[in-house]
Amino acid sequence: MTVTPEIDARFRAAALSEGLVDVRYDVVDSPIGDLLVAETARGLCRISFRPDGEDESLARTFGVRVLRTPLDDVRRELDEYFGQKRTAFDLPIDLRVAPFHETVLRELAHVPYGRTETYGGLARKVGRPNAARAVGTVMHSNPIPIVLPCHRVIGANGSLTGYGGGLHVKRRLLELEGALLPS
Amino acid sequence: MMEVVAIPPFERFYLQYRDEVLGYLRRLLGQRAEDAWQETFLRALRAYPRLEHGRHLRAWVFTIATNVAMDELRPRARDTVSQATNGDGAVAELERDAFRELEHLTGDLPPTERAAVVLRYGYDLPYAAIGAALGSSEDAARAAASSGVRRLRRSFDRHT
Repeated sequence: MTVTPEIDARFRAAALSEGLVDVRYDVVDSPIGDLLVAETARGLCRISFRPDGEDESLARTFGVRVLRTPLDDVRRELDEYFGQKRTAFDLPIDLRVAPFHETVLRELAHVPYGRTETYGGLARKVGRPNAARAVGTVMHSNPIPIVLPCHRVIGANGSLTGYGGGLHVKRRLLELEGALLPS
Repeated sequence: MMEVVAIPPFERFYLQYRDEVLGYLRRLLGQRAEDAWQETFLRALRAYPRLEHGRHLRAWVFTIATNVAMDELRPRARDTVSQATNGDGAVAELERDAFRELEHLTGDLPPTERAAVVLRYGYDLPYAAIGAALGSSEDAARAAASSGVRRLRRSFDRHT
């Protein structure tokens, strides 16, 4: 006995409308591969380059009532970004991180489209000029990459350094934004 | 100490059991199964954060489905309860194959017996779990299943 797509969709919609879901997610395709995107009632809470198994991590952080449902607003804004029709995101954000991480990530959100910042530069902006390495750690554990643009943060010597989605993805995003010439 | 089994994200639990539960409810409720199926998983979702571990999730969701089905069936079941009579002595356990042949007749059983028979022979749940699903003891679940089987036999004899 197989549940049809219609009654499956009806259940998922009912679960959402009754407010029974801690965190919902969807997998959207993009030029840099499939992305898992997740949202709580407060806002966008996760973008992952590796969708498999991410639901376990969502359950640990936001609660076990994890359900897959369409996230049309997130999908549309990402499509527009990758189509070079959007340079800033209008999605509300739900950040559940330690205070220092939150300070750095909120500062990161102000690094404009098409520009880059250095780890040391970001450290200075949050009043911790010696904390470049700690800023690197924050970038590495950024729960909402792309929307919180850690790809725009690079080494003082101009090297791309590292990226959770892989250096080729970081390069691709910076090229898309015109911050790097296509290689 | 008992091993702690983590509670899976609801999506995994749902994907694992949604088809099986729909099949169960179709056996109990026929065309009315879809609404009961949705209600089953909404109840499961409401209760999910209160689970203390991830053991026995299959029996748990069948318990909820049975409760929902009983709510559906009970109001119109009053007539059939009065027909209940004691069977005529010992009846051997119904084999799984025999159940498949007789399953289409379970619709005539009183709801508790129907659930007990379907859970035991269709889904292979132990009597303790069936008792939990029916809100009764293990012995009562065994009695309901065997009474249901006796009734099925008589019904089968009438049809042949």
